[in-house]
Amino acid sequence: MAVWDVLVAGGGNAALCAAIAARRAGRSVLVLEKAPKFYRGGNTRHTRNMRCAHDTATGTLTGPYTGDEFMEDLLRVTSGNTDEALSRMMIDRSYEMLDWIQQQGVRFQPSLGGTLSLGRTNSFFLGGGRSMLNALYRTAEGLGVEIRYEHEVTEVEIDGPSFRAATVTTPAGPTRIEARSLVAASGGFQADIDWLKQGWGDRAENFLIRGTPYNKGSLTRALIDSGVRQIGDATQCHAVAIDARAPQFDGGIITRLDCVVFGIVVNKHAKRFYDEGEDIWPKRYAIWGRLVADQPDQIAWILFDAPNLEKFMPSLFPPIEAGSIAELAEKLSLDPAQLVETVETFNASVVGGRPFNHVEPDGNRTEGLTPEKSNWAQRIETAPFYAYPVRPGITFTYLGVRVDDRARMVMQDGQPAENMFAAGEIMAGNVLGQGYAAGIGMTIGAVFGRLAGQGAAAHVS
Amino acid sequence: MSHSTPALTEADRLMTVCNSCRYCEGLCAVFPAMELKRSFSDGDLNHLANLCHNCGACYHDCQFTPPHEFAVNVPGTLAQVRAESYAHYAWPKAARPLFARHGTALAIGMTLVTALFILGFVAANEPGALLTAHLDDARFYALLPHEAMVALFGAAFLWMLLAVFMGARAFWRDTGTPQTELRDHTQATLDAARLRYLDGGGMGCFNEDDQPTDRRRLWHHFTFYGFLLCLGATSLATVYHYVFGWEAPYTWHSGPALLGIAGGIGLVIGPLGLLSAKRARMQELGAVGFRGMEVGFILMLLITGASGLALRVLGETALLGPLLALHLGAVLTFFLSMPYGKFVHGLYRYLALSRHARDMRVALAPKR
Repeated sequence: MAVWDVLVAGGGNAALCAAIAARRAGRSVLVLEKAPKFYRGGNTRHTRNMRCAHDTATGTLTGPYTGDEFMEDLLRVTSGNTDEALSRMMIDRSYEMLDWIQQQGVRFQPSLGGTLSLGRTNSFFLGGGRSMLNALYRTAEGLGVEIRYEHEVTEVEIDGPSFRAATVTTPAGPTRIEARSLVAASGGFQADIDWLKQGWGDRAENFLIRGTPYNKGSLTRALIDSGVRQIGDATQCHAVAIDARAPQFDGGIITRLDCVVFGIVVNKHAKRFYDEGEDIWPKRYAIWGRLVADQPDQIAWILFDAPNLEKFMPSLFPPIEAGSIAELAEKLSLDPAQLVETVETFNASVVGGRPFNHVEPDGNRTEGLTPEKSNWAQRIETAPFYAYPVRPGITFTYLGVRVDDRARMVMQDGQPAENMFAAGEIMAGNVLGQGYAAGIGMTIGAVFGRLAGQGAAAHVS
Repeated sequence: MSHSTPALTEADRLMTVCNSCRYCEGLCAVFPAMELKRSFSDGDLNHLANLCHNCGACYHDCQFTPPHEFAVNVPGTLAQVRAESYAHYAWPKAARPLFARHGTALAIGMTLVTALFILGFVAANEPGALLTAHLDDARFYALLPHEAMVALFGAAFLWMLLAVFMGARAFWRDTGTPQTELRDHTQATLDAARLRYLDGGGMGCFNEDDQPTDRRRLWHHFTFYGFLLCLGATSLATVYHYVFGWEAPYTWHSGPALLGIAGGIGLVIGPLGLLSAKRARMQELGAVGFRGMEVGFILMLLITGASGLALRVLGETALLGPLLALHLGAVLTFFLSMPYGKFVHGLYRYLALSRHARDMRVALAPKR
């Protein structure tokens, strides 16, 4: 085809929702995915649920989750750092997303074992994110969307507010593809460590990337360099503390550790640095990546004792085990005297006395300790003792392109682009100025993806 | 935990990966069963392997399948463990090598047994009887008297029952002799009869590629219910013979004949479908080294079904004798090979489903 109606850059949830929506509107659609087929879909491969508002319980959701409550959660996790009008629009549109996404072949199931706290708010994909992605690809291909793997958009030709063509790197060399509209849904740039270093400095050398090595943000860069307005800065991202032994890329969900609340977290000086009992998992799950990033050498260790070993979801690597705190310190290459002192000081400060309940703040706190542990404080006293080493694990970055309430990109001069749309992580910073709420990345992708596809299709007519 | 084979060791590694992820828990029984444990004995892994119906869904849904460095291939690994478990629990121990050489053993056995029937028919009767039995009122009993047939097949059948029972007992003990109740067996029977877990969690199964277009469930239903109908035909004929004194041959519209015809049709269509699915199947999803066992079992069912149908159609011609030799040869070979091949999969899967029904019932029961 000489000129495509809609060119979609990217191959994840947002890209496929856009491609399907545009194709259903009768447009010719070309999807360019940078990764080879197995790694298609970026972080969507690693997701497991989507947060959508709903007024009643369903077969797979345990209760209502209104748009107002969703908005409150979003304002809380972002500390108000969000485009409220845009987020409200997204949340309102998330209601019908539950049905729409299922009409595209995606299937839901009740919340997974070990994630009961999300059973009311989040819809879990049967078979996980890759299964969800496969369903979207089957639907898109069935509708006649053309999909090309190992095709990366590296340059864009923009004339004022109008997209004309893209330069695409392919296995057969570079090529130029013209289209009447563009949907940029190519993810974040978290796999480009040099770009991360622009925000984080050398600390980024010690970051682990939870998704594929393909998300380098070449299109994000090209769009911003060509006059599209940027949103966010290079330090904002979804970052959690994951097992330090994980591979540098694509370790996914199985390297995460849910056990902070069961013990204490120490840095390389064997000292605590933050209140481990501030709030329940998963509400504070996403702060620990940044906390560890601020520690020397970007490493920390979660310490706990024997009775807690099986109280949380297992993970890929076994914990490091020792018969005493001093011996554990040796194994972790920490100063044994300091670690013993840290643990003893902590133990002596535990007030406790209430029944331990990790599902909600249980009031078991420390007294006279800095930093304190305000819930779930219990003495670390029963051998064997365990530790998990953790490093910051970056899921995706928030720096991207500014969009309006129709998913159109906004140009430097504040005017909306004529035929350029963005969806997913590349524009997540519009909704997430900081922080994260489980499953919201998929909401951003699906809602803005569908909107972008509809907008791109409407522009062509 | 250390394990006795490389496949079991790999299965244990995968269960650690899968237990950390759990995205697949809605697909089938294997993953919820896995979530009940954090460490796995050989018996636990053999249980999980026999619980797996090899629908292939988790292979395509998993973000860590090869070429990912975590190299997670649950259906392929469990297929290997499962095939090896059949051999591991077989009785007597001396017969265990038969599993890996099952195809060859079947070919030799089938040829030998059929040839012996032909020789027997010729030697025990007048020369030429092999090709003239259809003219005799007794039909096939003219070649092999009823008593002889019962003695021969009865003995083979009893041996089969004993050997299969001993294998199943070893399997059950190794998975911890679960304290099952009647309701667990009712659940397992329903799950097995419907092949509940051969549906990819509702999305459909996978065979040759990443499209959920697999029809093995349909082919298996033809095969399994065809087999049951044939068993029913034989059982009903036994009742006719001993209870009512009605002796074979039976007309085509008699009970045993109708059951046999229906079953025979199932045993032709089903195995043909299964064979074609197996030929197209993604190599990654199967076990290595047991192809003869898998194909051989299906072929034996096909030969049994087809020769039985042929006997019904051509029983009034000179082919009666040779076809009878072929059919009896197939049935006898099938009986003798049952404890040492793919046949046991049905029993072990049923037992695994029973334990699973019990485990889930106990796990979901309100805590006191």
